[in-house]
Amino acid sequence: MSKILIRGAKVLGGEPQDVLIDGGTIAEVASSIEAGDATVIEADGQILLPGLVDLHTHLREPGREDSETVLTGTRAAAIGGFTAVHAMANTFPVADTAGVVEQVYRLGKESGYCDVQPVGAVTVGLEGKQLAELGAMHDSAAGVKVFSDDGKCVDDAVIMRRALEYVKAFDGVIAQHAQEPRLTEGAQMNEGVVSAELGLGGWPAVAEESIIARDVLLAAHVGSRVHICHLSTAGSVEIVRWAKSKGWDVTAEVTPHHLLLTDELVRSYNPVYKVNPPLRTETDVLALREALADGTIDCVATDHAPHPHEDKDCEWAAAAMGMVGLETALSVVQETMVETGLLDWAAVADRMSFRPAVIGRLDGHGRPISAGEPANLTLVDPAYRGTVDPAGFASRSRNTPYQGRELPGRVTHTFLRGRATVVDGKLA
Amino acid sequence: MKHHLVSAADLTRDDAVLVLDTAEEMARVADRPIKKLPTLRGRTVVNLFFEDSTRTRISFEAAAKRLSADVINFSAKGSSVSKGESLKDTALTLEAMGADAVVIRHPASGAPYRLANSGWIDGAVVNAGDGTHEHPTQALLDAFTMRRRLVGRDTGLGQDLAGRRITIVGDVLHSRVARSNVLLLHTLGAEVTLVAPPTLVPVGVESWPCEVSYDLDRVLPKSDGVMMLRVQRERMNAAFFPTEREYSRRYGLNGERMARMPEHAIVMHPGPMNRGMEITADVADSDRCTAVEQVANGVSIRMAVLYLLLGGAEPAVTHSRIEETK
Repeated sequence: MSKILIRGAKVLGGEPQDVLIDGGTIAEVASSIEAGDATVIEADGQILLPGLVDLHTHLREPGREDSETVLTGTRAAAIGGFTAVHAMANTFPVADTAGVVEQVYRLGKESGYCDVQPVGAVTVGLEGKQLAELGAMHDSAAGVKVFSDDGKCVDDAVIMRRALEYVKAFDGVIAQHAQEPRLTEGAQMNEGVVSAELGLGGWPAVAEESIIARDVLLAAHVGSRVHICHLSTAGSVEIVRWAKSKGWDVTAEVTPHHLLLTDELVRSYNPVYKVNPPLRTETDVLALREALADGTIDCVATDHAPHPHEDKDCEWAAAAMGMVGLETALSVVQETMVETGLLDWAAVADRMSFRPAVIGRLDGHGRPISAGEPANLTLVDPAYRGTVDPAGFASRSRNTPYQGRELPGRVTHTFLRGRATVVDGKLA
Repeated sequence: MKHHLVSAADLTRDDAVLVLDTAEEMARVADRPIKKLPTLRGRTVVNLFFEDSTRTRISFEAAAKRLSADVINFSAKGSSVSKGESLKDTALTLEAMGADAVVIRHPASGAPYRLANSGWIDGAVVNAGDGTHEHPTQALLDAFTMRRRLVGRDTGLGQDLAGRRITIVGDVLHSRVARSNVLLLHTLGAEVTLVAPPTLVPVGVESWPCEVSYDLDRVLPKSDGVMMLRVQRERMNAAFFPTEREYSRRYGLNGERMARMPEHAIVMHPGPMNRGMEITADVADSDRCTAVEQVANGVSIRMAVLYLLLGGAEPAVTHSRIEETK
C-alpha cells in the first residue's frame, strides 16, 4: 500500500500538522513532513478526526435488501466519515445466532468500505422471552460484544437482569431500547401539546424514563454495565446523570436527529419525521445537547434506519418508523454542538469515535491520531455549506428528515486502515 | 376560504360565519318541494370512506346531490391498506377519474392532510373525520345548530357565537368532534369547557383555547349548550373508567342534571347515541335535545361547504336557477 501525506490538517481541531500514512498505520505526525513518494492531500483549513464509530446502525441485510444492504450501508457510512459501524440485530432472520452474525460480519469484510461489527440479539427472535445464545455469538468470528433487541425493549425485568449478568463473563454490554410497551401501545409521536392537537397516539417520555430508571438500578444491583440506546428526553438525562453520580457503569447515546429536530415538525403529518423514539420537544433537545456536552451522554449514534420509499409515502399511521442518518450525522453534530460552542472538535472526536469504540470494546478504532496507530481517519471541511439532497445518497434509502435543509461541513476523505474509502467527498 | 377543509382551524371567523350564512340559504332550499340546485352540475364529488360511517356518507351524498353534482361513493374500508393499495394509489385513481372534490373519512389521523398537501390530487379535500384528529363539518353543523337555537334563525345571520358558554362532555381524548368543536367555537367567540374523567382528557390539553373541568354538576348551571360525546363501552377495558355505571353516574346527562341547566340551554349529541350511557332516554327525547336537528343541519352545512369550495363566486341560490331545475 502506498504512502499518503495529509498536509496541514488541524488534528482534532488543533494546530495544523502533517500526517503521514504508510500502509495501514499512521507513520508520523509532525509540523512538517517531507512528501517523498507519498500522495499528497492538501488539507488547509480541514479538521482531521479519528474514523467515526457508530454504535447503532441498521444495515437491513439479511432480509430487507430493498431498503439497504451491508454494501450500500457501509458506503453511506464511509461517505459520512465512519470507519466502523455496529449492525443492529433486527434483521430477517434476526441476528440471534452465531450463523447470522457471522454472515453479516463476512458481508462487512467483503464490502471493504468500513468495518462492520454485528450486534447480537438479546433474546431469541427479539421476543423478550428466552436469552439468545449470547456466548456463541461472542465466541464466533464476529466476536459480538454488544447485544440489543433494538426496535423492541427487553421489558421483562428478569430477562433483562439475567442478560446483564450473563454477558459479564465476556465483558459484553446490553444496549437497551428503552420503551415500556404497555405505555406505548398505539404510540405514533411524542405525547404532549402537539399530539393532543393532531390526534395521534402519544409516546410519553415516562415510557422511556421508567425503563432507564429500572435498568440502571438493575445494572447497579448485579454489577454489570448497561448502555442506553437513543436517549431522547430531558428526564432520561436526569436519570443517567444520577446513575453516573453513583459511579454505576451506565453509558448512553443520542441520535443526531434528537439533537436537532422537534415534534413540531409532525404537524406536517409527513412520515419522514416518524421515528422511534419520537422527536421530542425543544426542552428535550436542549437538555440532550447539554448532556452530550457535559458527558452525561457518552456518544452520538445514528440509528440509521433505511426504509423504502413506499413505506414513507403514505399516511402517518401506516408509515414505518426511522430515518437514515449516516451521511448527515457529522454535519448535524457540527450544526448543533460545534457551531453552538458546546463541543470543540476534540470533543466531537471523543463523542463520535473514542467513546463509542470503548463502549463497544472495538479494537483498532477510536484511537489517538499518533504514530503507530491504525490509519482510520476522517478529514472534514467545516467551512462547507450544502443543501441536503437525498438523490445523491450512497444509501439505498432516501428517508432523510433533512431534505432541502442547509447543513454545515462535509467529509472530504475517509481512510480505513490507510486506504481511502472516500476522496473529495466521493466514494473511492 | 382555503382550497381544502381539513381542520376547523382552516377557517377564520369570517369564513365560518360565511359557511353558516350560506347553510341558512341552503336550508331554505330543503324547505322547497324540489330540493335541488343546479350549482354543481357537471362537477364530480367522491365520497372516499376508509371506515364505515353511513350517517356521514349519506349526509355528504345528499348535500352533493342537492347541488346537482355527480357523486361517486368509494368505500375503501378493508381494501386499501389490507389489500396493499396505498392511500396514494387510491388518490391517483380518483384524480384520473376527474374528481373535483374528495370527501374523505379515514381511521388514520392526518390522512386528509396528507391527501391535501402531498400533490397527489388537484381537487378540493374535505375532511369527513380522520382518526382522533378532526371532523370540521360536524363542528360547523354543531355551530349552525347553536346559532339557530341560541341566537336565532334570522337574527343569527352574520353573527358568531360570542360569549356563549358551551360545555363538551365525554371522551375528549379519542374525539375528533371535540377537537374540531374547540377550535371552531373558539374562532366564533364562544367559551368552551371540556368535562371528562381525567383519563379521557389528552396530555397537552392545556394549550387548547378552553377550560377543563372534571365536575359536570358545577359546569351545567353556567352552560348555554351541553354537547354529550359518544363514549364507547370498550374504553373501560383499557381502564379509562371502572364501569359503565360509574361513568354514567359521574358524567352522564339525565333528567335531574338537565334540570340544573338554564332554561334556554340546549343538549346536543353528534350521534349515534348510547342511550343509558352518556345520555338517558328522557333527555335524548326531550325537546331540548337537538340531535335530530343536527342531522338535518348537517346536510345544509355540507351543501354550503361543497358550494363554497367548488362553486366559485356565483350566488348559490337565485330564482332563475330554481326555476331552471323545475
